[in-house]
Amino acid sequence: MTENLAQTVPWQSCAITEIVQQTPSIKSFFFRLSKPFAHIAGQHVDVRLTAPDGYSAMRSYSIASWAISSPTIELAIERLPDGEVSQFFHDVAAIGDEIELRGPLGGHFLWPEPAIDPVLLIGAGSGLVPLMAMIRQRRALAQVVPTALLLSARTAEDVLFSEELHSIEISDPMFVFALAITRDQPVRASDYARRIDGVMVQEVLARLYRKPTQVFICGSNSFVNVATDGALLAGLDPSIIKTERYGG
Amino acid sequence: MVTRGFTGRGSGGDQSNRIPPGQHLVENFPVLSAGPTPSVDPSDWTFTVKIGPKPVKVWDWSAFNALPKTKITRDIHCVTSWSKLDTAWEGVLVEDILADAGLERPSDFVLAHSYDGYSTNVPLADLLSGKAMVALNYAGKPLPRDHGGPARLLVPHLYFWKSAKWVNALQFTTRDEAGFWELRGYHMYGDPWRQQRYTND
Ligand SMILES: Cc1cc2nc3c(=O)[nH]c(=O)nc-3n(C[C@H](O)[C@H](O)[C@H](O)COP(=O)(O)OP(=O)(O)OC[C@H]3O[C@@H](n4cnc5c(N)ncnc54)[C@H](O)[C@@H]3O)c2cc1C
Repeated sequence: MTENLAQTVPWQSCAITEIVQQTPSIKSFFFRLSKPFAHIAGQHVDVRLTAPDGYSAMRSYSIASWAISSPTIELAIERLPDGEVSQFFHDVAAIGDEIELRGPLGGHFLWPEPAIDPVLLIGAGSGLVPLMAMIRQRRALAQVVPTALLLSARTAEDVLFSEELHSIEISDPMFVFALAITRDQPVRASDYARRIDGVMVQEVLARLYRKPTQVFICGSNSFVNVATDGALLAGLDPSIIKTERYGG
Repeated sequence: MVTRGFTGRGSGGDQSNRIPPGQHLVENFPVLSAGPTPSVDPSDWTFTVKIGPKPVKVWDWSAFNALPKTKITRDIHCVTSWSKLDTAWEGVLVEDILADAGLERPSDFVLAHSYDGYSTNVPLADLLSGKAMVALNYAGKPLPRDHGGPARLLVPHLYFWKSAKWVNALQFTTRDEAGFWELRGYHMYGDPWRQQRYTND
């Protein structure tokens, strides 16, 4: 166990400094930490909202930013129908609001350091968030470890961080990027117009230089099950697959 | 600290005394786990009780199903902040498993192990007196794979990561040994009423 885990992770009040509409259903929220921390890509924070009558609601959100020692973190929150906390963020939260959160939390779904062996990342919707932190950390540290991202989205419009991912793909030959667009036609020939399956995972793996030794899969439980089945059908060993399920 | 503009869906009304601090009620049954969902056929399934490294007794599916079964209905609480009330389970109480193995109290600590390599620690006292079972049915049906089928540990008074899915062994240990999540920043005991979520909470 590390030093960090030997103490309680404290709650802190953080101001929202910026809000960016990323896709029709996902907004990024930037928070200025009052007690800055260094996190590992893949970790999350717990956010706590409190009503005047003392009622409070808590949810976990993955950290999207890579920011060792930066006092600002980015969360990307998807608006769910009737979602108590996600709707608050989308409809009520404004720049300057103080929000309570604590972190960094989670010790399993973590970018490997040092990163040496190829990594496969599979995500859908806001499930990209912890994977994006990994991609950003890899890039910030100028790591050359071959990394593939297979990202599922309903339409091209729903692809979170789309511009940034395409620009990394163009500048980094060790980064493979494929989209599985489920409700629309993909723009690029190298993308897919169906749900993730074994053949698709195999084709993406073929674009990596060696077999991956770590696989990270994140999204809703049903998506994670489909993607994991695809990875297993493509011949990957279950012991190298880490999943982060957003619950329902 | 009051959050500007937040009123919330409100507490659980009459049932709010059943919802631990920081938790909210759900009607659905969310699924969370750290890796692929294992597929274990009952015909290949075994369950082992061990003292340290030494197996004391191994049951196959039919022998385990011949043990006395108990039904319990309990509230469950996940560390990711959802709680679900009145969940109905059927399985074999841990004391009935130990009695069949001819064991009383080999040590005070237990590590539960699962088919996917997962493990979690629970003090023996928290597994006895009808508090815990190896559950085989949920809501009157065989336990689905997603929820840990064919069998999961059920320790409903602790956060739900202690209720190891796809359980295949209980191991007595001399000391309180951390399991999978306990080694990764989560609390050694996990009492939802004291919000023991992360190490040292
Ligand atoms: C480790 C971790 C990391 C996460 N990271 C992210 C992230 O980066 N981005 C992100 O967007 N999310 C993330 N999540 C999910 C997030 O924690 C919340 O679960 C999500 O935002 C929904 O919360 P909510 O309060 O908006 O919805 P809730 O109010 O919790 O409702 C969730 C859904 O269930 C439905 N529902 C609500 N109440 C009921 C009911 N009584 N019966 C039936 N259905 C109901 C709602 O309609 C809604 O669609 C993460 C989760 C985990 C565990």
